[in-house]
Amino acid sequence: MAKIKGAVVVNTERCKGCALCIEACPSDVLGMSKEVNTKGYNFVYMQNEDACIGCASCGYVCPDACISVYKVKI
Amino acid sequence: MTTQDIIKPENLVYTKTSIMNDRNMHYCPGCSHGVVHKLIGEVIEEMGIKETVIGIAPVGCAVFAYNYLDIDWQEAAHGRAPAIATAISRLLPENCVFTYQGDGDLAAIGTAETIHACNRGENIVIFFINNAIYGMTGGQMAPTTLEGMKTATCPYGRDVKLNGFPLKISDLLAQLDGTCYVTRQSVHTVPAIRKSKKAIRKAFENAMAKKGTSVVEFVSTCNSGWKMTPHQANMWMEENMFKKYPLGDLKDK
Repeated sequence: MAKIKGAVVVNTERCKGCALCIEACPSDVLGMSKEVNTKGYNFVYMQNEDACIGCASCGYVCPDACISVYKVKI
Repeated sequence: MTTQDIIKPENLVYTKTSIMNDRNMHYCPGCSHGVVHKLIGEVIEEMGIKETVIGIAPVGCAVFAYNYLDIDWQEAAHGRAPAIATAISRLLPENCVFTYQGDGDLAAIGTAETIHACNRGENIVIFFINNAIYGMTGGQMAPTTLEGMKTATCPYGRDVKLNGFPLKISDLLAQLDGTCYVTRQSVHTVPAIRKSKKAIRKAFENAMAKKGTSVVEFVSTCNSGWKMTPHQANMWMEENMFKKYPLGDLKDK
């Protein structure tokens, strides 16, 4: 079976740290950063990069449209 | 394969729609408005109606909707979006007109405009964001506030003897002969978002086919007004809001 690997790119300036994507992710990829962006919000980043399957659930639930999702078959 | 190798344009599966611009939205973190804006943008892009669609912005949290989606917009007075939409859709029958309204706008001050526009069967789409509260003004009670729900103006919970019952306006609109499609959706999970997107598309198609008024209600959260985290607000909505406002199509003809 082909393995699928994904990657998430977060627009950190747009992210408001609502954490809805962290709840929506089925493979616990995302985490909240300790740093803040220029607006003072903590933003989301890929904490567990290897687990991402590129399902784009995080992108769908993001209210600020700050997530882009990439996917490859290997 | 490293993450950097995956991040290439040919591997892109999901990104922000081109209809939505780069301006940061003013909504609170986790607000449902953002998801609905995004879905409307995605549907407009997929249907290729960017040049013909006209949105009517309401008064309420979504008053700045015209700042975020790059389509033609008209701002309406409080509650009067369906009246403006009526005028525009009659003067420009080739264009697809939609209103985007909250519950304070559509179900309180704009009840008359909403009901009469639907009763006339205007060829417009009404997107109705129902979060059971006045979000922009600081979380006051709305007609849609649930029984016993605490807000700034009913801190001991809504008392039906004093304030009446929650208004199920979509059920009311489904009774009218002018409406062709009335549905209640939500945007809190991925399956719900997919269903909502289909409903938005269907509503636009109905308006373009001149079938009558389509109403798409989104049962939404207002985590700031409800004093919860975005995730807690979604859970609370599932437990309480869906009992009063069950999801699904109310009318489809």
